[in-house]
Amino acid sequence: MMTADPQVARQFHDVRARLARLSPAEAAPALREMAQRVRHDDLHMIYRAGLGHLGGDFSVADILVTLYAGVLNVDPLHPLSAERDRLVLSKGHTAGALYATLARCGFFAHHELDTFAAPESALNGHPNRTKVPGVETNTGPLGHGFPVAVGIALSARLQAAPRRTFVVLGDGELQEGSNWEAAMTAAHYGLSALMAIVDRNRLQQGARTEDTKQLEPLAAKWTSFGWEVREVDGHDHAQLLSTFRQPGTTRPVCVIAHTVKGKGVSFMEDRVEWHHKVPSAEQVQIAVQELSA
Amino acid sequence: MSQETQAAMLHDCREAFADTLIALARDDERIVAVCNDSVGSSNLAKFKAEFPDRMINVGIAEQDLVGVAAGLANGGLIPFASAAAPFLTGRALEQIKADVAYSQARVVLCGQSPGLAYGELGPTHHSIEDLSWLRAVADLPVVVPADPLQTAQAVRWAAANPGPSYLRIPRFPVPDVTPPGALFQTGRALQLTGGNDVTVIATGTMVSRALQAAESLGQEGIQARVLNVAFVEPLDHDAVLTAAVQTRGIVTAEEATTTGGLGAAVATLTAQHQPTQLRILGVPRSFAPTGNTTFLLEYFGLTADHIAAAARHIMAHATR
Repeated sequence: MMTADPQVARQFHDVRARLARLSPAEAAPALREMAQRVRHDDLHMIYRAGLGHLGGDFSVADILVTLYAGVLNVDPLHPLSAERDRLVLSKGHTAGALYATLARCGFFAHHELDTFAAPESALNGHPNRTKVPGVETNTGPLGHGFPVAVGIALSARLQAAPRRTFVVLGDGELQEGSNWEAAMTAAHYGLSALMAIVDRNRLQQGARTEDTKQLEPLAAKWTSFGWEVREVDGHDHAQLLSTFRQPGTTRPVCVIAHTVKGKGVSFMEDRVEWHHKVPSAEQVQIAVQELSA
Repeated sequence: MSQETQAAMLHDCREAFADTLIALARDDERIVAVCNDSVGSSNLAKFKAEFPDRMINVGIAEQDLVGVAAGLANGGLIPFASAAAPFLTGRALEQIKADVAYSQARVVLCGQSPGLAYGELGPTHHSIEDLSWLRAVADLPVVVPADPLQTAQAVRWAAANPGPSYLRIPRFPVPDVTPPGALFQTGRALQLTGGNDVTVIATGTMVSRALQAAESLGQEGIQARVLNVAFVEPLDHDAVLTAAVQTRGIVTAEEATTTGGLGAAVATLTAQHQPTQLRILGVPRSFAPTGNTTFLLEYFGLTADHIAAAARHIMAHATR
């Protein structure tokens, strides 16, 4: 198990405290900057490793950064604190974005990102909770994180604990039936402290979701399963922050975050091949320029 | 002894499972039960009556059952996830692998009515593959108690174990086989009879039949050592290899397919470290015909007579 970078963790603590006092609009610029840094780190990790899932990493980056820096009650110095809020990344193949975010928060030393996917690295292609602090459950096969998150939210209710549980789902992932088992369970138990966030980038590995197996009408599906549905621009940090900050009242909440796969790099955006394509050295240069703009 | 008296001495281990779970739950509020509409078949009605909030029913949804249990463990609870063994292990195998074993979530998976217990309901409801499947999953103890006392021990062991485990709770009625005061230790087999001629290594419902076989062999002057292996994983290597050295061969018996269960584990171990004569009794790689459990156990040669015959066969072919 890796350990925290204490200096970065303390800085992160201060950043979180500062952002907590700000309105979503006021906090947005700092979140945007952090998300671009995460994309930048992730780009280099994947270029170095020669593998990864840049498209989905870039669509989910703003969601993850907003959660960690602006919403979650987590402490990288005490990653297993019983009271912590929980985030489950069900779309585990976007581990790169998660690792880069966790490193920015100080859960482990930033230089560890250089080992991504290398032999014996803690940073596997999919996240492992026994090796990476901040990871709650090992995901990778799709349709797994959501039931686990439901169990976490149930545990909080049984313990009368105030902690919140978030699960980030890919949109294509919703084709796995286990998600809908979990959606029914959460609604049945009225788990209002549970928030499911759908990274609705409309692309899956080989094609558009709607050309593969239609998800729409997606909001109506969640509503009919007993969930409160909120739709947001998944790259608008102010919208994300204000939506995430507000827990549900009686029902679990589904946030459909409309995103763009490959967000932030023009030649990757909304292009199906960037699901797991690795950029060339020239492409990295262009991407760095665009992300720094 | 009359048939009625004999029947009265046979026990369904589910009662011991449920009673022990309730006793533990009274002392430890972290213990919760999770089921898939199987409150009745998992014998959890009494648990539900006493701890209504701690009985989580996810409905007919085994993938959800196992994932939710992993989440409850993440939250600091100790979930006993209970369902009919074929559906728990078959439908949710990937959840068992990824969410429980690989994630090292402290979940106790409770496979009810395993093996051929569902008899006439047929191969869809038989759980003979579970030992093969779960032995292939890393870091997951596979525990098969042999009688009510050992079932209670297994439940207590699992509740105290800091990692995940799979308990296979027998339903087919069995007599008591565990001596009072017997220990229940991780990865340790329990020797029930001494004997240096031949060894019978059995698990679950086959243990009592192994003892019956040893008794009839004894009348013929063959001294059989009977090992009750509750821990199919981790297997007691010392006990198995010692038996391979000290006796002329080993018969294994399990209410499961022979492709990857107890017999396969013993074979893999002895073949590499102490080759010996081996007879592996279980269900061959085939789907069962229609019939009740008693018929099916007879059909597949899982009786005391068959165990004794295999032991005699070893003795007849012994080269040392």
